[in-house]
Amino acid sequence: MAYSDKVVDHFNNPRNMGSFKKDEDGVGTGMVGAPECGDVMKLQIKVQNDTIVDAKFKTFGCGSAIASSSLATEWLKGKTLEEAQKIKNTDIVQELNLPPVKIHCSVLAEDAIKAALADYHKKSDAK
Amino acid sequence: MKLPIFLDNHSTSPMDPRVLETMLPYFTEKFGNAASRNHAFGWAAEEAIDTARKQIAKLINADAKEIVFTSGATESDNLAIKGVLEMYKEKGSHIITAVTEHRAVLDTVKTLEAKGLATVTLLQVDKQGMVNPEDVRNAITDKTVLISVMLANNEIGSINPIKQIGKIAKEKGVLFHCDATQGVGKIPVDVQDMGIDLMSFSAHKIYGPKGIGALYVRKKNPRVRIAAQMDGGGHERGMRSGTLAVPLIVGFGKACEICGQEMAAESVRLTKMRDRLQSAIMGALEETYLNGHPTNRLPGNLNISFAYVEGESLLMGMKDIALSSGSACTSATLEPSYVLRALGVGTELAHSSIRFGLGRFNTDEEIDYTIKKVIEVVTKLREMSPLYEMAKDGVDLKTVQWAAH
Repeated sequence: MAYSDKVVDHFNNPRNMGSFKKDEDGVGTGMVGAPECGDVMKLQIKVQNDTIVDAKFKTFGCGSAIASSSLATEWLKGKTLEEAQKIKNTDIVQELNLPPVKIHCSVLAEDAIKAALADYHKKSDAK
Repeated sequence: MKLPIFLDNHSTSPMDPRVLETMLPYFTEKFGNAASRNHAFGWAAEEAIDTARKQIAKLINADAKEIVFTSGATESDNLAIKGVLEMYKEKGSHIITAVTEHRAVLDTVKTLEAKGLATVTLLQVDKQGMVNPEDVRNAITDKTVLISVMLANNEIGSINPIKQIGKIAKEKGVLFHCDATQGVGKIPVDVQDMGIDLMSFSAHKIYGPKGIGALYVRKKNPRVRIAAQMDGGGHERGMRSGTLAVPLIVGFGKACEICGQEMAAESVRLTKMRDRLQSAIMGALEETYLNGHPTNRLPGNLNISFAYVEGESLLMGMKDIALSSGSACTSATLEPSYVLRALGVGTELAHSSIRFGLGRFNTDEEIDYTIKKVIEVVTKLREMSPLYEMAKDGVDLKTVQWAAH
């Protein structure tokens, strides 16, 4: 199973890898997966006026998982919350040329996006 | 130093050029069928086979007549287990083996059990992957026809107490099969001293060609009989029909001869390189765990779990070094290594494991390069890891509620 060029690129040059400061305003955090499964993704979005102005990720997982979450942060930046909700795992599969055995990595990335959005909504509703 | 570097010698090994050289005449010049008794082509092939049989038998202290050629260790395992079961079915159909055996053994006994042809006792191993001889003794019943325990494990390199198990098997009158694929040619193997009745091994793990293996079948004390699984012309004294692969066998023989001559010095050299690799990596990085026995292991084997980092991404980061991992992502079935699980290594650490397999053609320069790369990639991936971040923040990962999908 040779890795696709795009997966390798994201792995070698991950986009937006890191974390926002703990007390930073307007941040939604989604943490999905489990260590026993070999896949954990943490995806964070920074929102201003219902638009995602910045995103960050950290991932424990294979190259395809890292690429999926890195790509997700790339796509999230500049989208509105509504647009972000529409990102599908199949888009990620297509963009990265993921083989069937790696499709679940894209599903996890989509879950992470939705979890981050849900977390943001929870926090902003609470205010 | 050429890239990529091959450090996966437990999966296979590069052929020794000396082995290749001895094989070449048997492809286009001395290409006869060893079973052709009536002409010079056949006689030349037969002579080459005889020589190879002696070379192979010498490495394990057996008699040349006790070597049966097969297509590889997998076939040898199948032949030993199914062959004994069929032949000794009057006595019983109970088999004892261990959870860390190679799939060639585990799958074979599982299939037999599913077909109702055998009952199987799967022994557990200790935290370092060793089978306890007393567990073997306690599992034996009067219906037991075979014990099958491997010499050394392909993933973690731990070497089992074969001699003690052989003694118990002899005491109890049960045949003892040993899958010695990873050990033959690397550590001393003596079928007499170890009390082994059947033994599987193959050429491509010891710098020989792929596609050829052997099953040692004891002829004396006791005389072991097995039912053939490949029927046909009655080759190999009726135990395995099929035209002998002369060039491959010649290579196998030569590979064994070289191992016999070079094993002592080679194992010292490999142990030193492996130990250097181990202490450099584990000294530079925190939260690294050795899998398998610390000292009683194959000279070239190293298996380390790197907490908070997943195995396949590690391999990807070290793309110019050939290694393997116990991570689920690297297996065809998406299951993490069952060997590591059997040690009680948590699935998380199983996903984070890397197996290094040093061999005859690895150099110190390659080890230096590997040390540097491992430290670099693990560090980079830990920066990228949410688990590492949480651990550094003092979160006890065992208490977290994960949202697995």
